[in-house]
Amino acid sequence: MKNINVIKAEGLTKMFGDFTAVNAITFEVKKGEIFGFLGANGAGKTTAMKMLIGISTPTSGKAQVAGFDVYTNPDNIKKNIGYMSQKFALYDDLTVKENITFFGGIYGLTREQIKKKRCQLVEELGLKDVVNELVSSLPLGWKQKLAFSVALLHEPKIIFLDEPTGGVDPITRRQFWEMIYKTAHNGTTVFVTTHYMDEAEYCDRVSIMVDGKIEALDSPKKLKEHFNAASMNDVFLKLARSPSPPETSGLPKGKGDEYDNQKEQKTI
Amino acid sequence: MKRFIGFIKKEFYHIFRDKRSLFILFGMPIAQIMLFGFAITNEINNVDIAILDKSKDATTQEIINKVSSSKYFSNKQLIKNEAEIESVFKKGMVKAVLIFENDFSKKLIKENKATIQIITDATDPNTANTISNFTNSILRKYQQEINKDIKIAYQIIPQTQMAYNAELKSVFMFVPGVMTIILMLVSAMMTSISITKEKELGTMEILLVSPLKPSQVIIGKVVPYIFLSVINAIVIIVLSIFIFKMPVQGSLFLLGAESILFIINALSLGILISTISETQQTAMMVSLMGLLLPVMLLSGFIFPISSMPKILQIISNIIPATWYIIILKGIMLKGVGLAILWKETLILLGMTVFFIALSIKKYKIRLE
Repeated sequence: MKNINVIKAEGLTKMFGDFTAVNAITFEVKKGEIFGFLGANGAGKTTAMKMLIGISTPTSGKAQVAGFDVYTNPDNIKKNIGYMSQKFALYDDLTVKENITFFGGIYGLTREQIKKKRCQLVEELGLKDVVNELVSSLPLGWKQKLAFSVALLHEPKIIFLDEPTGGVDPITRRQFWEMIYKTAHNGTTVFVTTHYMDEAEYCDRVSIMVDGKIEALDSPKKLKEHFNAASMNDVFLKLARSPSPPETSGLPKGKGDEYDNQKEQKTI
Repeated sequence: MKRFIGFIKKEFYHIFRDKRSLFILFGMPIAQIMLFGFAITNEINNVDIAILDKSKDATTQEIINKVSSSKYFSNKQLIKNEAEIESVFKKGMVKAVLIFENDFSKKLIKENKATIQIITDATDPNTANTISNFTNSILRKYQQEINKDIKIAYQIIPQTQMAYNAELKSVFMFVPGVMTIILMLVSAMMTSISITKEKELGTMEILLVSPLKPSQVIIGKVVPYIFLSVINAIVIIVLSIFIFKMPVQGSLFLLGAESILFIINALSLGILISTISETQQTAMMVSLMGLLLPVMLLSGFIFPISSMPKILQIISNIIPATWYIIILKGIMLKGVGLAILWKETLILLGMTVFFIALSIKKYKIRLE
């Protein structure tokens, strides 16, 4: 079961004018896997993700998501994936219940399905007392967990998480990752981008993007062995600091370094 | 379809839970129409004038009586000498001074002519002009009265008729303008703000990743505003009919249809604005500067287009509101139908199609 590829990208490229944002990336993601998609800001991970979730058409290359082609069948991809962005993405001026009803509705769930899901979700997250409160009144951690659950309402095959734990306290992050594990355990593939290198350690496999290219792809353990590094943070720093091949350097050099220094401070 | 209804329902939650948008939607139209209807007016009523009567005879008394009994003037104040003129003007006590020369009656009888000087406070040129016109017409009437036994060999009698607005009510001019502004404001500004709000919050991304088609998202966002704009248009028309006695001479149906056309036009402009602005603030500024100001100043609502410089006339022609105001005035005041207004309607329709096409194109580019 673990050997079915739910995401297949081959030479996937996106160009904006002369600038190559994503440069011929090739990778596969297996069913039920937690796949970490790492890279500095501007390395192209958001652009790559947008192509996979069907809201941006690739310039060249091939990609299949949940068995559907990104060029010819983005509509079917959309039905089979969930998405949660780094910006918190529920409606603040709607209640918890209204948010669930709305998002269930746009994914075509019936009223009964929505009701069943809602009860289940409210129970699991312990939101019983606030189900009729506006989302704006909830603490950020709760909102984030709720947003994650809402993205899973329609039982997608793959869930894309774009820096889901930005700005959340360590305890909530921990709980959030427990939810991710549980989701993956139930057979949903998790595709996650993150800034936190310690989170990279939780993934089954990670890819690291530098200047639009995937420079490394393996399990955290193997990556650490290969780069002779103590932690994923070190792996990341080694990769980002090694001079990139001239034909791929779309970004001015040194930008990645600066960014890494920030990361270093954050994660240490 | 069910998804769509859920979407619209959500949109109404947003609108009704936001006090600011509620105020713009419902408070603004009523406040504006009341303001323009009652307070802001370019009609001349009860203007304070002063009179310097140097002869104080029967004729001057008669003229003074005529002037002060007209509804245009009131509070006549008698002053004694030229020196006082300056001071009453400066104090802002009066808008005009009438000066009768010495021996007014005697001169009139002996020399067949006498002079009245009209001095108006032209800091407000429109009022000054109107006052002098009114005074002239009162004097002319009086002249005809005293001359009625005398036969003048050649006589040209002008007969002026103020067609379609006999009482020269300014509210007749303001209602079409205010209606245009409100529909523009609600449709274009509110939609552009509500779309950019989703962009700002990141929910737009979530919607685009969902199985909803981009066109469904946009239509779902604008449908509530079409509905609210129609309600607004009805409120304005009802208010102007019942409070300001504004006539609707032409077909109400045509009025409704043209209004919906204009609303859709404004909505497509709103979508266009939302595609070029990233934040709600930008959307609001662009709407205010790019739409509201031109509608106020260049659409012929307040300032007549024919007296604008050529370049502004050209700009005024490409503002949809210009054509909508012509249509509104035509239907409401003149009672004309499509037979007359087909050209304006066609222009409005053409603009609407153009803006919709442009915003679809822009929207697609943005999605890339």
